[in-house]
Amino acid sequence: MSYREVLYGEEAVILKLRSLYETFGYKKYSMSKFEEYDLYLENKSFLPSSNILAFHSPSGKLLALKPDITLSIVKNAKGKAGAAERVYYAENVYRASKDDHEIKEIMQVGLEYIGEVDTYISGEVISLAVKSLRSISENYIVSVSHMGFVTGLIDEYGVSFSLREKLLRLISNKNTHGIKALCEEHKIDSRLYESLEVACGICGDFESNLNKVERIAVNSATKAALDELRGIFSVVKALGAEENVVLDLSVLNTIDYYNGVIFQGFIEGIPCNILSGGRYDKLVEKLGKSGGAIGFAVYIDLIERYCKSDREYDVDVLVVYSGSDVQELALKVAELTANGESVSVVKNDDGSLKYRKKVVVQEVGVNG
Amino acid sequence: MAKMINIALPKGRLGEKAYKVFSEAGYKCPEIEESNRKLIFENEETGVRYFWAKPSDVAIYVERGAADVGIVGKDILLEYAPDVYELIDLGIGKCRMAVAGIKNKRPSTDSVLRVATKFPNIAKEYYASLGRDIDIIKLNGSIEIAPLLKMSDVIVDIVETGTTLKENNLEPYESIVEISARMIANKASFKFKQTEIETMIEKVKSALAQRS
Repeated sequence: MSYREVLYGEEAVILKLRSLYETFGYKKYSMSKFEEYDLYLENKSFLPSSNILAFHSPSGKLLALKPDITLSIVKNAKGKAGAAERVYYAENVYRASKDDHEIKEIMQVGLEYIGEVDTYISGEVISLAVKSLRSISENYIVSVSHMGFVTGLIDEYGVSFSLREKLLRLISNKNTHGIKALCEEHKIDSRLYESLEVACGICGDFESNLNKVERIAVNSATKAALDELRGIFSVVKALGAEENVVLDLSVLNTIDYYNGVIFQGFIEGIPCNILSGGRYDKLVEKLGKSGGAIGFAVYIDLIERYCKSDREYDVDVLVVYSGSDVQELALKVAELTANGESVSVVKNDDGSLKYRKKVVVQEVGVNG
Repeated sequence: MAKMINIALPKGRLGEKAYKVFSEAGYKCPEIEESNRKLIFENEETGVRYFWAKPSDVAIYVERGAADVGIVGKDILLEYAPDVYELIDLGIGKCRMAVAGIKNKRPSTDSVLRVATKFPNIAKEYYASLGRDIDIIKLNGSIEIAPLLKMSDVIVDIVETGTTLKENNLEPYESIVEISARMIANKASFKFKQTEIETMIEKVKSALAQRS
């Protein structure tokens, strides 16, 4: 295979995702790299990290390199009742990495629906998340959960605010022995531990697992969450995207962003989630708009980092020339490229390029 | 075909104990018991591939997906807070994280407390919960020397038997948290090798139950 036929991972994926989103009526949303710093200051609790790259514009305004796209989209949304907006974006965001605390540029493709969210809309967005992953690899899994289920359980047993966050973190790590210890230490009703143990163990087939958790849905909040999940899954199924969609009630987000259905996507070979999304009505409300919102982001940079194609050659043909007959050289290059081969023209072969074939163009004639 | 599970074991006594639990659970790997210079040990029959890693690196191998499953002390998990599933408390390698210092001497509370430790995050979090202002001195080993040479007022370190402390005229002042070995798993691996990892959890749990 000529190396040109090998898909360039990132770019090919972005093209596929764009056409997928446009099929469902989502419009491309382009924006500037900067945003006023105040937006992030006011909505700190919606950001995964407080490490933001800020600088002064020539006019003295404090600006920031965007750490997040969703905030800007919601801020600029019209938010009129009854007028929903469907947008998608492909932008770079700037975030501090957990390991070395340096700011990294991360390519994100994402999609947002802003307006009244109902079961169909949630199902449509999750289907698009599933189809996004499917267009990257056939070995994908999308885990779906509902924040309302776990928080409903926690609220039922009157857990204090400070313990709540600890509990959520333990649940998201499926750390059942930790939950047990915490419940015992703080004398929390053992039924909470028993229910959460069941919830943490749920990871697999959507419908049969929904039936399994039915019996621990003790109050209206947890029951409503399950009903919503059931409805959403029926939409996902009808849209033909139910394959590899699993119920995993340990999927949570401790950042104060999501309030309803929440989901993550994985691709085999990438050690962390490549897609993350959910319902975020609270943010819409905070920014003074009416209605709700749901969306997701795909971390495109992970594809490049983990799905490296081990290309055998850098170019098909290395053309080494000496002498001054540039016309002959150009004719040779034209002939090769017309045959669909990629060419790199160099004066010396210093061994830095891997090639399939080498052609030497000299003063007298051509030696293949 | 069942998928192979990569398991990161911490070099040293804890790792050997953990391997014993796994072999009792049916994940034997004869190669690992021979002494040789190999780094990776495989047993296709039981579907496992073991490798030894520096204890503090086990969580990194698991978080980055090079290992699907790992055995690691709770101290490492608390210190580095990796984004992994913490599936089983193996109950082996039990010890505690404690504050220690010179025997019969309590540091005064009227000045900034100098704390020498290998675990700066655990120390910071503990003293923040007490509202105490501290100066962290990050060391990589032989922590006990710091208070002896008056470089620090206290140390935050793992205490197993307390013998090293005693021999150096030190004593534990207060406990921070109980430590034991945990089985962790990569969150993505868990999804793609769910059957294999869930079977492993069951087998390891029943091997542990048989011991007690």
